[in-house]
Amino acid sequence: MSDMILEAPHAGAMPDSAEDPIAAATAVLKQRFPDHIQDETRDGYEGIVVHPDKVVQVSQALRDELGFNYLSSITGVDLIEENKLELVYHTYSINQGGPALVMKVQVDRDNPVLPSLVPVWPGAEYQEREAYDLFGFQFEGHPDLRRILTWDGFHGHPMRKDWKEPFFEEDNKPFGSRWPGGEVSRAEEKNPFGKNVQYPAGWVPTLEEPEAETDSYAGITYTREQSTGLKTDKVTINMGPQHPSTHGVFRMALTLDGETIVGLKPVMGYLHRNHEKIGERNTFIQNIPYTDRLDYISSMSNNHGYVLAVEKLMGVDVPERAEWIRILMVELTRIVNHLWAVGFLLNDLGALQTPMLYFYIERELILDLFESTSGSRMMCNYMRFGGLAYDLPEDVRGTPIMKFLHDLIYDRLPRALEQGDVLMTGNEIVRARGIGVGYLSAEDAIAYSTAGPVLRASGVQYDVRRAQPYSYYEHLDFDVAVRYNGDIYDRYLIRLDEMQQSLRILQQVLPHLQETEGSSIISGKPQYAIRMPRAGESYGRVENPKGELGYYVTAKRRDANPARYHVRSPSFINLTALEKMSLGHKVADVVAILGSIDIVLGEVDR
Amino acid sequence: MTTTNAGAASPDIAVPDEVQNNVVITNLAKLLDPIYNWSRRNSLWPLGFGLACCAIEMICTASSRFDLSRFGMEVFRASPRQADLMIVSGTVTKKMVPIIVRLYNQIAEPRYVVSMGACASGGGPFKEGYNVVDGVDKFIPVDVYIPGCPPTPQALINGLIALQEKIDQQSIATVPWYRKNDPTAEMIPVPRLGPDLYDMRQVDIIKKEAVKSEAVTEAS
Ligand code: SF4
Repeated sequence: MSDMILEAPHAGAMPDSAEDPIAAATAVLKQRFPDHIQDETRDGYEGIVVHPDKVVQVSQALRDELGFNYLSSITGVDLIEENKLELVYHTYSINQGGPALVMKVQVDRDNPVLPSLVPVWPGAEYQEREAYDLFGFQFEGHPDLRRILTWDGFHGHPMRKDWKEPFFEEDNKPFGSRWPGGEVSRAEEKNPFGKNVQYPAGWVPTLEEPEAETDSYAGITYTREQSTGLKTDKVTINMGPQHPSTHGVFRMALTLDGETIVGLKPVMGYLHRNHEKIGERNTFIQNIPYTDRLDYISSMSNNHGYVLAVEKLMGVDVPERAEWIRILMVELTRIVNHLWAVGFLLNDLGALQTPMLYFYIERELILDLFESTSGSRMMCNYMRFGGLAYDLPEDVRGTPIMKFLHDLIYDRLPRALEQGDVLMTGNEIVRARGIGVGYLSAEDAIAYSTAGPVLRASGVQYDVRRAQPYSYYEHLDFDVAVRYNGDIYDRYLIRLDEMQQSLRILQQVLPHLQETEGSSIISGKPQYAIRMPRAGESYGRVENPKGELGYYVTAKRRDANPARYHVRSPSFINLTALEKMSLGHKVADVVAILGSIDIVLGEVDR
Repeated sequence: MTTTNAGAASPDIAVPDEVQNNVVITNLAKLLDPIYNWSRRNSLWPLGFGLACCAIEMICTASSRFDLSRFGMEVFRASPRQADLMIVSGTVTKKMVPIIVRLYNQIAEPRYVVSMGACASGGGPFKEGYNVVDGVDKFIPVDVYIPGCPPTPQALINGLIALQEKIDQQSIATVPWYRKNDPTAEMIPVPRLGPDLYDMRQVDIIKKEAVKSEAVTEAS
């Protein structure tokens, strides 16, 4: 086994097959649209550059004829030197798997108008709203182009390179200004208002600014005339952001006909922490702890996606032991996440706290391992470019590490899962409220760009660990769990299935940990000295517990900071399908449907 | 439970020697404070209110291993009207802070605020973000700050014990919510979202700065 692994291409390399589907599809497109498609000429960049006029047609051809039917991510980029804005689309083929076909569209920075892709891929809706909000792209034909992360009336488009935040110090870290003359100074002291705010020149409050809430309802356009049969009045109600069942500061504006939902608009941004803006000021290494705080329940796997993306740029290899430990941590994270997801889902179905408290004990065991290994229970900040920060500890709360892992993987976790299965799966209430509720068909799941358990519960067997294997996943024996009914109940079951598969993986990892004991866990130069050896872009994606987590990173040569840093966040994009799933159901069902998507607000709003 | 002045003779009142040990001369507040504080400190009901990552540790603290109910604080209420304590557990964003202030105003007095974690206390790792409030204390008064990112459950419990100690020091005679004209007992104006967040209490400064900045733009 280990020989095989030494020969295996490292995570960044692409399989070299004779009929490369990307090259084939590109050739077809170029033939079809000779004047509107150019090759990407920048060194280290990939994909095709499409003229804005033809982007809809090209997308249709990609989706319908060439098999690239899954629009994974849309990234805005500010090319300020060329006075252009660029959108990067990553499209994948669900059936064939493999890497992305990257499509780019460039528009004038002062007049960034281009057609919306929502008619082709409804999953583009919120991603385009985000690009409008943060960069100012104007999407023609978008059904509801409003700000999404900031609020209506916010000044400027914050992700543009020339937009400066109130506490702006310098473009890139490390800041020279942090210790002027050896004295600490606080940013508040330099701001005339004493807090993190700034106003456009000459702006005075009228005291009549609309309350932040009002614009949330602007997207709701339901009228009485649209209803059939008895003409009844519709009621619009608000849920959240302070609401016990929205899993954090999430908010929905619901339109009801009686008790039936006829419209739903999620309102986000209550936890928009400017991850990307801060990420572009940070050095590469400084971003690792920030990725912990995206999906704060699965910090280990967030680290993994980011280090994969940067490792591709750097071209470093990861020692064998480090890869095994990474898989150990990532799969344990998946179990932690799913235990909570199931617990919260049952909580939303009315089993207040009890299932969570059952699972809580095992979760704490895993957190103890994380704490002994990395020093923190939740924010592990554990992975590094080319390896890991620390080796496994000798013991976890007094138990030798291998014994602890063995007990956990062979005894405690299987028992907990079985117990949960026995208590919940056949439960009358879970079945009554789960089966047939919140249905999402396989076609819709793909069209809405959903990922992870939501996609697989709708019968689409797509898992990044199999579709485009990274780390050592291609050498591991596991099945991609899939369920076919696309309702809440299946989304619950699939999480149990995935935990079983994770246990299978973990059991295969254990002997390798034993074998590689004592060998190195990191390669390459000291982390603080990292500068990019080459310019270019890189997209690293992993199968996070919540779905496909992708990092789009671009770098200039010899730079220590990413030029663009974007996160394809599964929680955010999965929410695009929430309205589709909820229409026709009752308010109480929305709570359960939301629970079955399993969102974390740190990742939704970033 | 002890009353501080119990048994000490007051200089103004002559107590005959033979009843010295049976008489307590004190005032009503001093007699009531210990009972009042004791009962309040042991049944603080927190608002079930999670903002970000710190909320996960707050949930862990409430769960079986760390067991917040040892302190009488396990009753997380979904409505501010039923809560005494707001644990600000996570990053306070500009979009969220009007709602936080409103929730704070809705909590019936006596009310306490615990700022959990680096973010709530001062912006934390996200302080420089354009949508982040650099500390919830810029808007609402905070009783206890808990450092950490996230604070461990032990740290949260330690902070809550500190809050209990603070409550022990209070007296009904001086707490702000039974006094007239105490500025800390007033409703806090809800901040609004213009081109950026603005605090209603800062309107004058904003106007002054606007004049200055206009002068600068005209000059250039
Ligand atoms: S202090 Fe740390 S853990 Fe807590 S909300 Fe802020 S970033 Fe998250």
